[in-house]
Amino acid sequence: MISIKGLTKKFLIQHKEITAVDDLSLTIKKGEIFGVIGYSGAGKSTLIRLINRLEEPTSGSVIIGDKEITNLRKGELRNARQNIGMIFQHFNLLWSRTVSENISFPLEIAGVPKDEREKRVQELIQLVGLAGRENAYPSQLSGGQKQRVGIARALANDPKVLLCDEATSALDPETTNSILDLLVDINERLGLTIILITHEMHVIQKICNRVAVMENGKIVEQGEVIDVFLKPKHSVTKKFVEQVMGNEEGDLTEIIDDHSAGKLVRLHFIGETANQALISTISKQFNIEVNILQGKINQTKLGAYGTLTVQILGEIEEIDRTITFIKEETSIEVEVLAHA
Amino acid sequence: MLKELFPNVVLEDLLVATGETFYMTLLALVGTVIFGIILGLLLYLTSNGNLWKNKGFNYIIAAVVNIFRAIPFIILILLLIPFTTFLLGTFRGSNAALPALIIGSAPFYARLVEIGLREVDKGVIEAAQSMGAKTKTIIFKVLLPESMPALVSGATVTAIALIGYTAVAGVIGAGGLGDFAYYYGFVRRDFDVVFVCTVLIIIIVFIFQFIGDMITKKLDKR
Repeated sequence: MISIKGLTKKFLIQHKEITAVDDLSLTIKKGEIFGVIGYSGAGKSTLIRLINRLEEPTSGSVIIGDKEITNLRKGELRNARQNIGMIFQHFNLLWSRTVSENISFPLEIAGVPKDEREKRVQELIQLVGLAGRENAYPSQLSGGQKQRVGIARALANDPKVLLCDEATSALDPETTNSILDLLVDINERLGLTIILITHEMHVIQKICNRVAVMENGKIVEQGEVIDVFLKPKHSVTKKFVEQVMGNEEGDLTEIIDDHSAGKLVRLHFIGETANQALISTISKQFNIEVNILQGKINQTKLGAYGTLTVQILGEIEEIDRTITFIKEETSIEVEVLAHA
Repeated sequence: MLKELFPNVVLEDLLVATGETFYMTLLALVGTVIFGIILGLLLYLTSNGNLWKNKGFNYIIAAVVNIFRAIPFIILILLLIPFTTFLLGTFRGSNAALPALIIGSAPFYARLVEIGLREVDKGVIEAAQSMGAKTKTIIFKVLLPESMPALVSGATVTAIALIGYTAVAGVIGAGGLGDFAYYYGFVRRDFDVVFVCTVLIIIIVFIFQFIGDMITKKLDKR
């Protein structure tokens, strides 16, 4: 659906050349939610603005559908942009226009007749859940409501692609979740391809199918969200995963010292298996006791994943049988940390 | 009572002078706003980082604006006499004051317009671009509406400066309260005339300021 090839953007800042996006290639499938994560200065903001040419690329190409965006002339680009919605961190609404008038703006640009505009605006207001606020001005809305206006406005001309530039970074956690739910909803309902950039792993974990991790203008790691979470390879990715998982390695030595009886085992849950009632199964089936010491399970779009550190108490043979059972009968990975 | 306090004030003459002041101020204001917005837009759009970024063009407009702002109004009005004569066939009267009033205050207003436009959120312009808006659409549907309170309060400041300028325009026989106060009051040593004219000018200034503030407040939805 979207293919980016060898995309490069160089800026001249005080006579020094800075490469914000460095020979980057990427393919995004139709209908998926693709996340790009990176720290500030990684070039992700520049990347998303290169896609609709708010920044002109130094070299490389962007192809959306069958249109080569990077080859279009000015007028053609303006038409193409009407099919690429964009939402922003600071919403960028016109304060002089009401909610309805803001949503109507892209329709005015596209030359939609007035009565049709009004009908479409009403639909969009329903879609984003802003009924009753049509005549409010942006200054009378909360951050979440403003972003809903932003989303409605971006969807007005029925785009195929939605670009989200740090769309939830200015919102509190609860509002962030409701906006993310809305994005998933429109992704499923309208079959929209969504590209979002963020510095919050939480956002990626919650709604993305695939993720790319950016550093210094390059993609250092990409793949299915769950794979990236489970086996982060690059150090930047590891840091982002720690954002939501916490750093487990740190206080483990203390746990091992305190729990010298039985066996200390770490269970890795991958994908959907986390729903199995593992702990109660093994404690019923085997003559052992399970003591949960530490753990964290996260829900992603593709299922739950995470780790549990447990202490298994009982006869050594019984414990070994339990571990063999988990290894062979479930898809949970077992790692034995210490013996008694 | 009024006759005793202000023995030299002739009501009809005073009304005519007040009318002339309003006439010149309002007409000059319309011209100033039109030319000022055009110049201000050009100053803004051609400046660094904006839609029509053009260093050379920006420099030329800025130079023209600065030159006309630098010339004292009394000199400007005299310098423009040949131009006014060419335009209107005469250089005397209220209408003859208009070119000088507009040329004198449009550059001043243009700077206020430029400042107002610079306050428009760059993100909003970017959002409009991301929707595929033409430059024309951005000017008329984003830049001007979003800076409207600044444009109106700038016009209010300019209108009040214009009231002062109309008094100076008395040197070419433009009429108005300032002219009236000088020739019929100060020159004849009839200071009651000077006093009444001054009070009227103050009232006019207050009226303009009040209306300007009211419109600005009504427009500002931030």
